[in-house]
Amino acid sequence: MRLSCAVNGRSLVAEEVWEGESLLYVLRERMGLFGSKNACEQGECGSCSVYLDGALVCACLVLAGQAEGRAVVTVEGIGSAESLHPVQQAFAEAGAVQCGFCTPGLIVATHDLLSRVPDPTTIQIREALAGNICRCTGYAKIIEAVHVAAARMTR
Amino acid sequence: MRPRLAPPSAVSGRVGQAVRRPDAAIKTRGDFPYSSDLQVEGMLWGATVRSPHPYARIISIDATEARSMPGVHAVLTHKDVPGRKVYGLEIPDQPVLAMDVARYWGEAVALVAADHPEQARRAAHAVRVEYEVLTPLTDPELALTGGPPRLHPDGNITRAIKIRRGDQEPRADVIVTGEYEVGMQDQAPLGPESGLAIPDADGGVDLYIATQWLHVDRDQLAGCLGLPHEKVRLIMAGIGGAFGAREDLSMQAHACMLALRTGRPVKMSYSRAESFVGHVHRHPARMRYEHGATREGKLVYVKARILLDGGAYASSSTAVISNACCFAVGPYECPNATIDGWVVYTNNPPCGAMRGFGSVQNCYAHEAQMDKLAAALQMDPVELRIRNAMTTGSTLITGQAVDGPVPVAELLRRIAAMSLPGAVSRDHLDLTQMPGGVSNTTHGEGVRRGIGYAVGFKNVGYSEGFDDYSTARVRLSVARGRPRVEVHTAGAEVGQGLVMVQAQIAGTELGVHDVVVLGADTEVGSSGSSSASRQTYITGGAVKAACEAVRERVLALAESELAELGRIGAGDSAGMRLEGDAIVAADGDVILPLATLLGEEVIDETREFRPRRTTRLDPETGQANAHMQFAFAAHRAVVDVDTELGLVKVVELATAQDVGKAINPQAVEGQLEGGAAQGLGLAVMEEIQVKDGVIRNPSFTDYLLPTTLDMPPVRMDILELGDPNSPYGLKGVGEPPTISSGPAIVAAIRAASGRPLARVPVRPHDIVDTE
Amino acid sequence: MEFLQPSSWPEALAMKAAHPDALPIAGGTDVMVEINFDRQRPASVLDLTRVAALDEWGMDGALLRIGAGVTYTRIIGELGDRLPGLAMASRTVGSPQIRNRGTVGGNLGSASPAGDAHPPLLASDGLVELASENGIRRLPLREFYTGPKRNAMRKDELIAAFLVRPADGPQQFSKVGTRNAMVIAVCSFAIAIDSGRRHIGTGIGSAAPTPVTAGDAEKFIDGVLDEAGLWEKPAEVVPSALVRFGELVAAAARPIDDVRGTAAYRKHALAVLARRTFTWAWDEYRMTASA
Repeated sequence: MRLSCAVNGRSLVAEEVWEGESLLYVLRERMGLFGSKNACEQGECGSCSVYLDGALVCACLVLAGQAEGRAVVTVEGIGSAESLHPVQQAFAEAGAVQCGFCTPGLIVATHDLLSRVPDPTTIQIREALAGNICRCTGYAKIIEAVHVAAARMTR
Repeated sequence: MRPRLAPPSAVSGRVGQAVRRPDAAIKTRGDFPYSSDLQVEGMLWGATVRSPHPYARIISIDATEARSMPGVHAVLTHKDVPGRKVYGLEIPDQPVLAMDVARYWGEAVALVAADHPEQARRAAHAVRVEYEVLTPLTDPELALTGGPPRLHPDGNITRAIKIRRGDQEPRADVIVTGEYEVGMQDQAPLGPESGLAIPDADGGVDLYIATQWLHVDRDQLAGCLGLPHEKVRLIMAGIGGAFGAREDLSMQAHACMLALRTGRPVKMSYSRAESFVGHVHRHPARMRYEHGATREGKLVYVKARILLDGGAYASSSTAVISNACCFAVGPYECPNATIDGWVVYTNNPPCGAMRGFGSVQNCYAHEAQMDKLAAALQMDPVELRIRNAMTTGSTLITGQAVDGPVPVAELLRRIAAMSLPGAVSRDHLDLTQMPGGVSNTTHGEGVRRGIGYAVGFKNVGYSEGFDDYSTARVRLSVARGRPRVEVHTAGAEVGQGLVMVQAQIAGTELGVHDVVVLGADTEVGSSGSSSASRQTYITGGAVKAACEAVRERVLALAESELAELGRIGAGDSAGMRLEGDAIVAADGDVILPLATLLGEEVIDETREFRPRRTTRLDPETGQANAHMQFAFAAHRAVVDVDTELGLVKVVELATAQDVGKAINPQAVEGQLEGGAAQGLGLAVMEEIQVKDGVIRNPSFTDYLLPTTLDMPPVRMDILELGDPNSPYGLKGVGEPPTISSGPAIVAAIRAASGRPLARVPVRPHDIVDTE
Repeated sequence: MEFLQPSSWPEALAMKAAHPDALPIAGGTDVMVEINFDRQRPASVLDLTRVAALDEWGMDGALLRIGAGVTYTRIIGELGDRLPGLAMASRTVGSPQIRNRGTVGGNLGSASPAGDAHPPLLASDGLVELASENGIRRLPLREFYTGPKRNAMRKDELIAAFLVRPADGPQQFSKVGTRNAMVIAVCSFAIAIDSGRRHIGTGIGSAAPTPVTAGDAEKFIDGVLDEAGLWEKPAEVVPSALVRFGELVAAAARPIDDVRGTAAYRKHALAVLARRTFTWAWDEYRMTASA
């Protein structure tokens, strides 16, 4: 089937999509947007977090056809190569990135959290990011990065 | 044809600075290409047919239907393995594809390449394999007594270790015994096993891969593919974590076979379920201990029997059991020891390397024993540990005298002296602070606090006579008017920060601002594996050595240039060094900018670095100078336990660790925090549950990893005591945090619940008595 | 695999009638795992996310009627005051990403005994509204679950909505899992105090082939409250009655040993959860009644 949707503000079309493909597969393999990661493909790790019509979702749990005509924002749509978003900047500075496989999902999830709760407490951060598994860092520097980003964005 | 790879990493910084990772920004943008992100024109997808039985004879394989399916380009079996049909890190016992017998659930039996992954999956389902199902050997105790069945030609004991130290019939005032069990932990790196194989026109292959050790993969692959080494080129792709899971081959040979057969690039990327059978796990352990001590609390002897289940193939089992036995007593002085250890073959999932490598399992046992002993002696558990702590010059049970700083007592004193976290407020109910978390299981009912301590240690680098070395090439040139250093090694950046450590060392040694670390590949010599907490030491040492060689040439060049210019007399270069992109005098005055000195000149040096040699354990006594460096850490855990429901909230972890020298303090903290999280996982939730050889929970729904609401803050006290033998005095950092963190948590749960808890992970039904 | 995407409810029903084997998908939190893990290859998938009618909720007489497509995030945000028990259960569903997509309708359709929405809906005597081209029927949830991951739906039916009385008294939900977030229930328990009808409702999850109620426990505790006149003069319930209530809840379960826990532990934990949740809810009732 044919799938068209707006991804990071650009309208993209994928041809010959198999009906069983997830949005994650389409973004990665057909649209070349490999930022959303394929770690568990069952909604348990958050590495493929994207916005679908403004809601934070796991792209692996969206059937490709469900995204037809919808607006998708991926990690590639947050910040740019020239200028990192404050959330990305804070993660890079705080040592919140090791292997980095969870990082894109955490960037999108943090972006979503700070858009709803501009200055979250540590507990709010922990609850909001509970769906994003990180195997490397033990989370301390991730939580620190969210605080740093929040402080900069509310300043 | 090449897939897009990460650009070389440019870093500026010196040893000891919290230099930011060069790959951090690109990773936050989602633009860092991992091994599962590779794509080239005309690429096929590989899929694997796997055994649904833990033990079965393969009667026949019929791929007729699969081959005729749409989009399918190849179906391969063991008959299509071009070279050696088996591989293995220590013992070549694992078939590339199962031949006459499948020895574990999920063993690879056949391969498919197709245009689309779904076509490959459907074709894999259509490969008809006729099995004669055999009764699997799943009890390691039974394997130890010889089976039946006999799973490998040399029997079911992969390696037996005997350590005999001092009096073998010692007497003690106080004796405590215990039996302990550790479940099978998964490394669970988030990046799946994946890679892209591209055939070349000359019958060779380029493999873009995430691995911990490019050269050992290459050597095994060349054998299996029947190709000379130079025709198998490995190029590192981005690695989504490793922790031991990427030491063995997974899809490497398979992707190469499919690519060579089809003449097309082939990508393979495991699903999470497949990943659970695609790599080895941490060995489950059964341990029986007896500790004898004087009334004053000095250890007289330790007797231990350690049995590790190695599963179907050897992987690195022989080294894991060696570690489990060498460090069986913990970092304590113990004049008499009788240790017997075995690792055996079964039809369970194969086990091998995971962070901590044998020292994690025994730490649960020896630390539980120390707490039991303290209770029997009515002594404070920290005091008992300090009284027996190893110090510089102490002799291990293997007879090796430990040199350099051995701050075991100091680490314990430091964690014990840290203030304790406050009680959780009962006025303001915050479920996230309660055992059970947001699931609303308690508002304080049944909750008791416990505190536990543990200390552990292990070897850094390879042991027992293994020729451990790393190779580095360093190239100094002038680019755009500035000196520029390129560092090239094959060292795997698995997330630990090797890429910046190499640059920091080069920046320090050559005093140059612009350092670029090139991508790792097999065009340069081996770096050894990113494991055993060894890369900063060994590859760092190689980079340092190559830089020293470059510096020597630069200074010689400077001396001759300056002498020619008449600015110094012959032999007058003493005290000159490289700093700030320039040759500077002993007093720091700039003599000559490097760029001016070098001009068009390129200085290019490659060096190998070897740490001091070790020797193999004596087969009868286990005595040897088997290890080259030791790393120590201690943990204190504070937990709240819902004693009625058996649920646990780890409130805080505190740790002290001697890192020798923190090459990058921020990265060191990251290792201490992340390593502790993996220790927490094994203590309270992570277990691959195997029944009759079958994994019952191969998914992240039922194999649980700690979340933000499970992992507490870690208070850290990082000591830099300087090892006189290592580059910059550094010690390996990565593994100690995973060793004692879990045992401290379990000790704290015991303290809160009063339950013996002899098995990890601790499950709710272990804490509450439901009998 | 055929992808069916109706844009209206009548169209959805027509498609289901024409493709009775079509697998409905909404948030995808169950269905996509089946597809991604290659456990199922349905001949066709019926996407319900374009059917706006499923996203609506409102009063239907004395009952709240909530469209099958309302997400857990919306239940927490929009219905937390009227359905506190369901909202508490919703908060324990997966992660924010899952709650933004997952729906109670999906929970009912999957009918997994571990589904978090079942116990609070059972405790409040919820109904499910099933629709087909042949009409609509409303079924008490107690009759809806027929076995592990099986329910009373006919092949031509879709879940339109669920119906439940707005809370008339405190409600609680508790779930045991071996992780402090993002966990499938080892077992779960919901309680609902219906002060108008003077009844304590219960629901048990993940401890029997289907979600179940603890009828004997309900009768027992209703009797205790009646006999002691505690509805009129709210006071603490005697500890022995609480223990008995817990025992009866545990007795209503028919758990098994599986990867998530043992049967014995599940029974033990349910008794604890029953005592605790009843106490929390009753304490709250006493406070509001005396205020």
